Amino acid sequence: MAKGIKDKVCIIGMGCSKFGERWDKEADNLMVEAYTEALADAGIDPKQIDAAWFSTAIEEQHVGKSATPLAVALRLPFIPVTRVENYCASGTEAFRGAVYAVASGAADIALALGVEKLKDTGYGGLPQRGRGPLNDMTNPNGSAPGNFAQLAAAYAAKHKVDPKELKRAMAHISVKSHDNGAKNPKAHLRNKITIDTVLNAPTVAEPLGLYDCCGVSDGSACAIVTTPEIARSLGKKDLISVKALQLSVSNGLEAQHNSWDGSYFATTRIAAKRAYQEAGIEKPREQLSLIEVHDCFSVTELVTMEDLHISAEGTAIKDVLDGFYDADGTVPCQIDGGLKCFGHPIGASGLRMIYEMYLQLQGRAGERQRKVDPVFGLTHNLGGMPMRNVAAISIIGKHGA
Amino acid sequence: MTKGILSFGAYIPRRRLQRKAIAETHTWFNPGLKGMAKGERAFCNWDEDAVTMAVEASRDALKGRDRGSIETLRFASTTFPFLDRLHSGIVAGALNLGEDVVALDLSATQRAGTSALMEALATDGETLVVAAEKRDAKAASPHEMQSGDGAAAFLVGSGKPIAVLLGKASRTADFVDHFRSLDNQYDYQWEERWIRDAGYMKIAPAVVKTCLERAKVSADAVTHFCMPGTLSKIANTVAKACGVAETAVADPLHANCGDTGAAHALVLLAATLEKAKPGEKILVVGFGQGADALLFEVTPEIAKLPKRMGVAGSLARRKEETSYGRYLAFNDLIELERGMRSETDKATALSSLWRNKATVTSFVGGKCTKCGTLQFPKTDICVNPNCNAIGTQEPHPFAEKTGRIASFTADRLTYSPDPPSCYGMIEFEEGGRVMIDYTDIEPEQLKVGQPMRMMFRIKDIDTTRGFRRYFWKASPVPQS
Repeated sequence: MAKGIKDKVCIIGMGCSKFGERWDKEADNLMVEAYTEALADAGIDPKQIDAAWFSTAIEEQHVGKSATPLAVALRLPFIPVTRVENYCASGTEAFRGAVYAVASGAADIALALGVEKLKDTGYGGLPQRGRGPLNDMTNPNGSAPGNFAQLAAAYAAKHKVDPKELKRAMAHISVKSHDNGAKNPKAHLRNKITIDTVLNAPTVAEPLGLYDCCGVSDGSACAIVTTPEIARSLGKKDLISVKALQLSVSNGLEAQHNSWDGSYFATTRIAAKRAYQEAGIEKPREQLSLIEVHDCFSVTELVTMEDLHISAEGTAIKDVLDGFYDADGTVPCQIDGGLKCFGHPIGASGLRMIYEMYLQLQGRAGERQRKVDPVFGLTHNLGGMPMRNVAAISIIGKHGA
Repeated sequence: MTKGILSFGAYIPRRRLQRKAIAETHTWFNPGLKGMAKGERAFCNWDEDAVTMAVEASRDALKGRDRGSIETLRFASTTFPFLDRLHSGIVAGALNLGEDVVALDLSATQRAGTSALMEALATDGETLVVAAEKRDAKAASPHEMQSGDGAAAFLVGSGKPIAVLLGKASRTADFVDHFRSLDNQYDYQWEERWIRDAGYMKIAPAVVKTCLERAKVSADAVTHFCMPGTLSKIANTVAKACGVAETAVADPLHANCGDTGAAHALVLLAATLEKAKPGEKILVVGFGQGADALLFEVTPEIAKLPKRMGVAGSLARRKEETSYGRYLAFNDLIELERGMRSETDKATALSSLWRNKATVTSFVGGKCTKCGTLQFPKTDICVNPNCNAIGTQEPHPFAEKTGRIASFTADRLTYSPDPPSCYGMIEFEEGGRVMIDYTDIEPEQLKVGQPMRMMFRIKDIDTTRGFRRYFWKASPVPQS
């Protein structure tokens, strides 16, 4: 295996806009909101940024194509800017671009910024859109919840779980994220809910109810990265560095080959293994301090606990119900509220997850700060649907750890 | 080699609207409907039309048979969805028939079905005759009460026929008892008593008489008399005038299906063949701007036909519908608030449809010649991770395979004309899988392991351009 990215690149500044229904803001306003926070945090001049990566997924709903929306919004001085899109994992892709540019020596300081402005469709949920002529002729006209809901059917069948018990564990996940989101001033949803709220909510796509689904939000998040040497020369102490960046992309096996049973993410399992190897983590259940996963739906979070090799296969329900992943549990998951409550502005989400880890590792997470001093934080950013997806995993942590 | 009917099949859609539900809505306006509020009528799911029903009836008729010998395809209907597109061409594609099949649509009369069958019996080679009708009727009309949707198919040719033609006769008369035109979507009908006295009673018995004379068969030797007609007891009245015993008159399927228009004579023939015994004589009469009469004799081969859905099986595959609102919505008889998600552009790239016709219309996937893995759709590189051979896939048909549900959902967020939209992964028993829409499925059938079969259905309707695209969907295997 390649030597990997461990401790080669540090994060020196991050920013994140308030997520939510930002009726009074355009995408460029949101970008500037995240950028100015990151720039102030890094303490650099914009002219020091050598290159930038820009992530957004459903660009036809807001900024349009190319990297120019970022360059224009930030008035970047004609530097190289690249736009990336990889389903909902786009944010981590922008980060990966910036980190790799620094690691290669092509850039001293690089910026990654993601944005999504989705609330101009006129209806709730993700925008309905074409998927290409052939796909439109054959694929079900499924919604995101409909695609992910199928995990529940396959998981319950495989592990012979009572669907009611599965639904209860899923409800626990949502209640926990609402508890966490309530402590996060930038979160889209800050209300606390109960198990009954989840169980009695209207069905969106069986067995997912309204509270099993994350919000669709407007928002932006930004990271500025450089080498440990430059970070120190800028006066930075207690560096936060990148330990692993891994990506696994479906090749059609899940959709076309009967070796996949539909109850898990083949990509996440592979990306996670590679990430642990890259970061030098042998026992993720014991070594990871915090995790932020792609909880687009409660059931996604549930199976992801197993796919990340933290809960053994078939035991996620027990771990979830035991509070293992609660904010005061052993490995808190979504301590910032997650996609469920912080919100899910697609292109920004991967960077938002890293933002929370960055704050937690520095002890800057305010009311929701983890008391046990965090060392490693993992983010899991997923795009697509269970049978065809992109899984992006990052691990960041204290430099040298 | 003897020529005749080699095989037959039928399809009646699953939903049965209770006539009482129609009457409850409309008797304030037309109290006469109350007297018709008995029994039920079959109606298409939102994703069915004459084309999809024709495909299903044809598959039923072709069950267990080699399709390679079919030279001609004739499709009769007065409710074709397109004015200018060969519907029998769509059916041929869905049945994965060879490209050199001679396909032709027949329309514009209620006897299109019988005329197509008559033509096929006079044509060389093997002919698949299919008739299907999705009836259009105005809300609160008697026509709405009396009609039903359905299809029947007959394979005609030489070999070992299950029924042979003893005689035939036909007469053409521009007797306009009703009409539909480009300017008028629904039937406009004249007075029933005149239709009976001047139409049926003057035309049908004469044609029957000629047919029987040509066959040298006396009227009292007719075992089954299949003549559609929505006028009260019209088949009995005509039978009596012809000298055919009243006991021979076939059940018009009014109570449990309704009159399927140009398909109905063939639907009645199929229903009769399902229970007919060798030696029995079946007289089929089609009426519409004249009349057709065909006299068949059932042969001992009928006992050897494999079991099929047929009319009886289709009628047993039944979903009682008490919501007249659903019928109105499916038939575009009411302007429903469908929500913003329904505004998605459903344009079809016709060049892509043509390029992908094997995948989309014929449901043909691939089989790797190196490792034997089945997959849908066919791709350049084999999906088997232990193979991944390039260029080894040969076309492999999936339409007749059964599979099982591996994952599912009932989606209430996405737009569907009949929410919730049910779909999921189907694993085929011989290998291969597909993420696909489900149709005609009940909540209790949404379970991992549920056996499913494929059905040819409407995928999307492009209301902006008036186009509709077809694809395959998975539906529970009927309980036998």
